Amino acid sequence: MAMDLITTDASSNAASSDFTSSIDSTYKLYIFKFYDVNPATDDVKFSVQFNVAGQSGFNETITTTAFRAIHNEADSEAALAYQTGGDQAQGTAYQIITDSIGSGGDESGAGELFLFNPSNTTYVKHFYSTTTILQADDSARQYFIAGYVNATGAVDEVSFKMASGNMDAVIKMYGVG
Amino acid sequence: MPLGTHKATLFGVAGVSTGDVVLLSTAVASSDASIEFTLPTAYEQVKFGLYNLHPSAAPGPDFQFQVNADSQTGYNETITSTNFRTYHAEDDSGSGVAYRTGDDQAQGTSYQTLFYEVDDEDDNGCCGELILYSPTSTTYVKHYVSRTVGMQPNATTKSDFSGGYINTTTNLSEIAFKFSSGNVDSGTIKMWGVK
Repeated sequence: MAMDLITTDASSNAASSDFTSSIDSTYKLYIFKFYDVNPATDDVKFSVQFNVAGQSGFNETITTTAFRAIHNEADSEAALAYQTGGDQAQGTAYQIITDSIGSGGDESGAGELFLFNPSNTTYVKHFYSTTTILQADDSARQYFIAGYVNATGAVDEVSFKMASGNMDAVIKMYGVG
Repeated sequence: MPLGTHKATLFGVAGVSTGDVVLLSTAVASSDASIEFTLPTAYEQVKFGLYNLHPSAAPGPDFQFQVNADSQTGYNETITSTNFRTYHAEDDSGSGVAYRTGDDQAQGTSYQTLFYEVDDEDDNGCCGELILYSPTSTTYVKHYVSRTVGMQPNATTKSDFSGGYINTTTNLSEIAFKFSSGNVDSGTIKMWGVK
């Protein structure tokens, strides 16, 4: 099964990275890969939201699960736990997909998000993400999000941004199947 | 087979393309101390497919990786990582999900465990994948994520999840896979470049 690179968005000090075209019935699966996500503000999370065709704004209703694994460089903290503060229950906020990334010169986050069958008009739209970051407190943090956009309309736009402030990032969108 | 037999210099190697994912190299193990690859410079993501990796040693060595930064010597870069697992025994005597403090690193330079305790019986081994993000970056640390699945010596299926970063801003040039003891008796590792 081929995976085709559709577009690359290289953001520099941008408020968001929005994919507003080419999300349609061409592919059943869209994969977003994030590289070198570096916030302008220290200790902020990277997030995603969606827009349904014919609607306005990135504010769809989302229900998700969230858990993370953490381990710091000082070896004083290591844990796996569900994150009630990271999930949403019919929320319309941007869904966080990382823990808080440091803004230091060598600090960044990376990962990927899978969006399944966004163009169908029968079912809700499922997605999941796996990310890994260098946290502002010098720890490795993996974050796992999964859930659905609770809409039967086609999702045709996706937006990524930091919880606050601007960011540098390279985000690539692929189509599969 | 001597160390480094599978080291693949990728420049000039004809790749097999599946869309924008290119198969760069395939290494088939045969009683090797390690399996090593030279990392490509043209991709922002390098993915390794791990297939049926079987150890020669008993009982239950760990399957691991390390990297070498450009112009450095040896597979000994500084890693901070997480590690957790899910497991379930064939006899239904145990199951769960838990963090594993023994398989993470805090600024360690050891080989990073991808799968803890691979059974050496003939029909066992481990599989999975490892993703390296931006290995050629000279600005940021290098992130990785892995998920593996296999059988432990106590007839238990287990899936290990690891992630973290190689704490260097120098670009990575090489990667090595091995067991914590003994040889890689058999198995295949494929390296893919993602455009």
